[in-house]
Amino acid sequence: MSSYGHDHENHEHPHESLTDSGEPAAAARVRALVDLLVEKGVVESQDVREQIDWLVSRSPGDGARLVARAWVDPEFKQRLLADARAAALELGLDPGPSPVVVALENTETVHHMVVCTLCSCYPRALLGPPPDWYKDFPYRSRAVADPRGVLDEFGVHLDEGVELRVVDSTADIRYLVIPRRPAGTEALREEELAALVTRDSMIGVSIPAPSPIAA
Amino acid sequence: MRYRPGQEVRVAARPHVGHHRTPAYLKGKTGTVMRVHPSFLNPESRANGKDGLPKQPLYFVSFQQSDIWPEYRGDPADRLYVDVFEHWLDDAG
Amino acid sequence: MERAVHDRGGWPTDAPIDRSEHELDDWEILMDSLLGALEKRSAVNVDEFRRGIESMSPSAYEAATYYERWLYSVETILTEKGVLTPGELDARLAK
Repeated sequence: MSSYGHDHENHEHPHESLTDSGEPAAAARVRALVDLLVEKGVVESQDVREQIDWLVSRSPGDGARLVARAWVDPEFKQRLLADARAAALELGLDPGPSPVVVALENTETVHHMVVCTLCSCYPRALLGPPPDWYKDFPYRSRAVADPRGVLDEFGVHLDEGVELRVVDSTADIRYLVIPRRPAGTEALREEELAALVTRDSMIGVSIPAPSPIAA
Repeated sequence: MRYRPGQEVRVAARPHVGHHRTPAYLKGKTGTVMRVHPSFLNPESRANGKDGLPKQPLYFVSFQQSDIWPEYRGDPADRLYVDVFEHWLDDAG
Repeated sequence: MERAVHDRGGWPTDAPIDRSEHELDDWEILMDSLLGALEKRSAVNVDEFRRGIESMSPSAYEAATYYERWLYSVETILTEKGVLTPGELDARLAK
């Protein structure tokens, strides 16, 4: 193990070298690997197909439903905080294979932000696949060491006296942030509230707006 | 399990060869147990194809940011919470 | 404290967060799903998979894209277990 080595500071998303077909070499290699493993009986095509179907069905809308229900139903919120996995199942949502999902509530005095510094652990079942920036080195490095700098880049400025609590998902637990309900949303129905809950607010790098953001 | 919420614990500073889930920035640091999670299979032995038993208790441990980073720019109240396996913790009380 | 290349928390950098995102390409979805299928069949577990990624040389780890690291790991671990023979996949691609 070396010390820091040379750092690809200006190379945020490394790019595959493209073959003539415009695809990275890895693309053909992955396809060939799948075919080979199916031929060998290591996996079945059906296994792979089921995983694909599951992955493409995931979206942050599921997480948003959990948050919106927590906003309108204080008892549900307590159940969500006690056991997010069970709360998701209550709403007919798939909490994913992780045996424990923990919901972290943002309050007037605490703002949570989630990272996986070692790889890319993320509540995919409830949010869909993570964005590139979550998996890349700058976020993984700076979210723990300079979280307020990171939030500045996301346009988030916390009020005076708010504790910024960064959570590094290093093990089997998956973390989901419950952002604060925006002021001025008392008249909104639950589905309208869910539309305000963005993926980034459930990671903790954004704060929901009181009305849908125009595209 | 050995540790309870509220207990001060220190993350072992031992170098480790091979897969493990205790980040370098945390080694040797002292924090407070906030939550006791369920126990999980040991990722270090699982990584080598073993069964990962016995399961290891996992703790949600809270650290003061300014204890971890000498040049931390932020609020003194800011914290860093990390899941740490029991075999990486010692009592710091 | 010495650290491995994947252990990025607090790694010195002033690099800004590049917030551009890309939809997963088909081959990336396929790679992701292959790992899931392998785990479901207990051919590989997640800790072996992570060890496989962590076994990349530092320069290879930093140069690779996310799913290229997944591919490297799965090939490495399955070869280690004798499920793949060295060169078998290359030979297939060469056809």
